[in-house]
Amino acid sequence: MSEFVITRLIKTAGYSAILFIGLIFIFLLREGSPALLEVPLPSLVSGRWYPIEGYFGLLPLIGGSLVVTAGAAMIAIPFGLGTAIYLAEIAPRWARELLKPLIELLGGLPSVMLGFLGMLVLTSVVRETLNLPTGLTALTGALLLGGIAIPTIVSVAEDALDAVPRSYREAGLALGATKWQTIWRVTLPAARSGVLTAVMLGLGRAIGETMAVMMVTGNAPVVPTGPGALLHPARTMTATIAAEMGEVANGSVHYHVLFLIGIVLFLISLAVNLAASSLVFRARKRAERILS
Amino acid sequence: MHRPLRAHLALLLTALALVGCWGPSANGSQPTLIASTTIENKGSDTMVNLALAWAESYQVSHPDVRISVTGGGSGTGIAALINRTAVIANASRKIKPEEKSEAIANGVDPMELVVARDAIAIIVNTNNTVDHLTIDQLSEIYSGVINNWAEVGGRDGLIVRLSRETNSGTHVYFLEQVIRHGDSQDTTLFAPETLLLPSSEGISAEIRQNPNAIGYDGLGYVTPDLKVVAVARDASGPFELPSAATVESGSYPLSRDLYMYTAGEPAGQTAAYLQWILGPDAQAIVTSLGFVPLQP
Repeated sequence: MSEFVITRLIKTAGYSAILFIGLIFIFLLREGSPALLEVPLPSLVSGRWYPIEGYFGLLPLIGGSLVVTAGAAMIAIPFGLGTAIYLAEIAPRWARELLKPLIELLGGLPSVMLGFLGMLVLTSVVRETLNLPTGLTALTGALLLGGIAIPTIVSVAEDALDAVPRSYREAGLALGATKWQTIWRVTLPAARSGVLTAVMLGLGRAIGETMAVMMVTGNAPVVPTGPGALLHPARTMTATIAAEMGEVANGSVHYHVLFLIGIVLFLISLAVNLAASSLVFRARKRAERILS
Repeated sequence: MHRPLRAHLALLLTALALVGCWGPSANGSQPTLIASTTIENKGSDTMVNLALAWAESYQVSHPDVRISVTGGGSGTGIAALINRTAVIANASRKIKPEEKSEAIANGVDPMELVVARDAIAIIVNTNNTVDHLTIDQLSEIYSGVINNWAEVGGRDGLIVRLSRETNSGTHVYFLEQVIRHGDSQDTTLFAPETLLLPSSEGISAEIRQNPNAIGYDGLGYVTPDLKVVAVARDASGPFELPSAATVESGSYPLSRDLYMYTAGEPAGQTAAYLQWILGPDAQAIVTSLGFVPLQP
């Protein structure tokens, strides 16, 4: 009897996730889609965002988010995976037992606090070392977001690497592979799906992060052009929603456009997740084919 | 054997915690609930310190009134008034016609009260050699015509323009009175490269460390480690620094009224509070915080 109840409860919990996502998407669509009728499309894809005068170009915001997130990925992926590999494969037991909890603690720091530190310390470091006019740039945001994403990546990727059976490594070493070859050609590919999940979770945290970014990127809505954009101020989609949602009157054009930005964010993270899971799926298929 | 025991223990603890929550609130909070009125006061970040100081002082002499003050920007406060989540909206600018019609459509008739005056100070880093600017120069700097400090008599260096976010009344004031010279037909905008910072503190922090930055803020927010630039209406001068005296005499060009809005004619405790704000005690607080009091 109790088992029946528990199974039902678990099933409901599982399906409720789908229900919530569905409800959120319906709500976003309902609040955001009127913007497509109210603002002509050429205006939406223009390069000027100044909502209080009716300029609703989304390009600077989408570009800003992409630049900051790409920058964060370039920092967080190598550092995060490097740390995870070191912890799982190379570090002595005592170092691992000391470092892992510390890194997880870092992951629990409130991002507002990191943003505050970034605003007071990181901005002047970035400005002086790179000799820029201002330290409030996309790069500063990327550095901070990279820092925020690294603990997530390390923690999940290390678990995935740890779950690879010992026999895989022993087989690799027995065949005469060096330690590095074993890590790169055996352990890492075997933990591929977990590692990819780690990267996705980390970057998911980065693209959705708001407060820290808002405090250090300068929030200037400029359309990024080329990789140099990393050294200029940028305005992300999340920061725009956070900064402007409080002021808009319910049901105004500006309000609808902010929800439209929410839809764009939702679609981007959906696309990223779909791409990641199809990658994992394809890799698993290939592994099965080779083994059979 | 272990598991059910633990489950029971958890249940017991939860139950205890729930009882614990119920106990005191049932006995304790009822009398205070009856005695106090809460006034929700929200809006302008420029005014938030002033509103807090007023609220604290007023609550000392009127223990039956609770005033909760939050910032967020003038637009945020007026939106809260329209959505009926605030009783008093603080605004460092006049309510816009669109906001007013929206309020009336929502059954709220906003009543305006001037509660203090403020000067907008133009601030730069203490190492900046520029010490005076005209409104025209400020307009050209912020609209992106002038890009280098050398063009306004300073050292060579790209100008980093700082501004508050668009929900700030100070932002709107600056756009209308400085960038557009008060001309309602003018459609000049802030240069897109202008950094929009979410707080006054963000502006101060960046100017303290960046020798190329320029920003603007309410006089009450200017600290001694920032340099205030003297401003004149045109090149013939006189260039004046913002202060209570220059605002009152009208010689400092960038001054404005600070407002409180209520939904309809204020009544009861709210009316008494607003009456007190116009009185000498509250206006003395205005002076002590670096704002400009209303003329008696």
